[in-house]
Amino acid sequence: MNGTAGKLTKPALESPSVGAARRFRANWLAIVLLGPAVLLVLVLFIYPFIYGFQLSFDTESGGRFANYRNFFGDARERATIWNTFRLALPATLINLAVAIPLTYRMRRKVRGQRFITGLFVIPMTLGTVLIAQGMLSFFGPSGWFNKTLELLQITDDPMRLVHNRTGVIISLTIAEFPVVFLILLGFVSGIDPNLERAAQMLGAGGWQRFKRIMLPLMIPGIATAFALSFVATFAVFPSAVMVGQPAGETRVIALAAWQAAYERFDFGAASAIAIVMASIEVLVLVIVLGGRARFYRGPSSGGKG
Amino acid sequence: MSETSHPEKRTRARASRFSPSAWLLYAFILFFISLIGGIFSTVLLSSFANTWFGGWLPDSFSTKWYVFAVEEFNLWRVLRVTLIVAVTVVALSLLVGVPAAYALARLKFRGKGLVFLVLLLPIMVPPITYGIPLATMLYEYGLAGNLSGVIIANLVPAFPFVVVIMVPFIEQIDPNLERSASMLGASRFRIFTRVLLPLAIPGVLAAGLLALVRTIAMFELTFLTAGASSQTLVVSLYYATFSAGIRPTQSINAMAVIYMAMTTSVLILALRFINPVQIVSRVRQ
Repeated sequence: MNGTAGKLTKPALESPSVGAARRFRANWLAIVLLGPAVLLVLVLFIYPFIYGFQLSFDTESGGRFANYRNFFGDARERATIWNTFRLALPATLINLAVAIPLTYRMRRKVRGQRFITGLFVIPMTLGTVLIAQGMLSFFGPSGWFNKTLELLQITDDPMRLVHNRTGVIISLTIAEFPVVFLILLGFVSGIDPNLERAAQMLGAGGWQRFKRIMLPLMIPGIATAFALSFVATFAVFPSAVMVGQPAGETRVIALAAWQAAYERFDFGAASAIAIVMASIEVLVLVIVLGGRARFYRGPSSGGKG
Repeated sequence: MSETSHPEKRTRARASRFSPSAWLLYAFILFFISLIGGIFSTVLLSSFANTWFGGWLPDSFSTKWYVFAVEEFNLWRVLRVTLIVAVTVVALSLLVGVPAAYALARLKFRGKGLVFLVLLLPIMVPPITYGIPLATMLYEYGLAGNLSGVIIANLVPAFPFVVVIMVPFIEQIDPNLERSASMLGASRFRIFTRVLLPLAIPGVLAAGLLALVRTIAMFELTFLTAGASSQTLVVSLYYATFSAGIRPTQSINAMAVIYMAMTTSVLILALRFINPVQIVSRVRQ
């Protein structure tokens, strides 16, 4: 991932000049084939960030940092960061807590593996809007979920599961679970089963094998799943409005940015909030994915790794 | 020899019967099914309900809410916009993404890792984060608030997604086929169109279908860039729920059912071509 890929390839048995000529042609071809894609990312992804960054400092009054000062100085605006954390972190941790044992169990073939993976992918396509819309009825006071709880005599009064923080956490958990599950499954099924067998032969029990062998090998996958899921849920928007309490405890940072842009038409302030949101996300990605490198990174897939 | 394989045989025998952990696994799957199924069925039943006050089932059934939804939410126009946006975005994404994926899978050049990282960014960064500056920029250039803005914005995550799916697909095609074609005198372009593309068709189809689903389901970017007449289905669904109370829940659920049918049918089609683990296993690097 750091640009050294080109150096690792050896020109095999070619003479240096032929190799150089071929590499030159390959470079040209790469430019032609990759050019449009890279250009599009630069124009439609990188440039808007630069544009928004400039816009956030472009203020009429109050100095260059006025937009940022307004955001961090206003308790209601500042609270959106904490509000978002309190949704993203629980949703991500719940998903990991469920997905780790589940994928661990599925490291060897289970009956109906394809069906199960297919099933878990469904929420991914439904999208948060539909999940939130369906939740309003299903988890509502007279919805099936509360009816079932009453029938089983778990609760007397219906639980309040929508229009509050719980509702948003549920919707995020359902929507993000497939991503966490699939990332972890990809990692777990890539671990060489012989490592576990070796531990077993040396007398390690099931729990010991998990704790000493498999879990350390799963750490990179867990870190990746955590980072991607946290970042995705940190940008929660539609479900915070639909099944949350957008004026109160689920007024998330994305909503603050949207309101600045589309209700107050203050694009400088909106850009500033978007930049704050992006910075937090990048920070989490860098810390978690960077910290991942400190764990074991050798071969876990067997062969001539 | 027989001794070393013994413990493994025993675990396999245990796994094929139902061990406690297998019970837990299937219990959770059952729970998950009932949750998703419950949400699905509630929406579906409600959309066909004449009225539904608090009971387990609706009081009586009718299809009148679909008729209502078609008129009230301008459904034909919304569906037309959704299809135009999704198909255009997918076509452009394939056009840009497939050659890029070919280059990343087959060519060796400096800075490949960096290019891959740059292409991964729009997938890893959530759409609302870059959508707000992007929409601001598009409005500034007069490109947002209409169909072209929605298409441009939706392109941003769609074509890198095509690249990410296509790279492993092209990598698994035997390079010897291209080499023999080249030895027999085929040009690079001819090899690409006559040898590689036919072999990569299942991958192209899968990538296209998955990008189609994602574009239909993409709320944030469309929400930020759409004008009144360029809303897609998912955005109208959001506005309908947002203004609930004005319109009966059943009519909103009727729209949700149409949306659900659209996305799941495309997804099921896509899953015939691709194993879902492949979708994310690339992102992890």
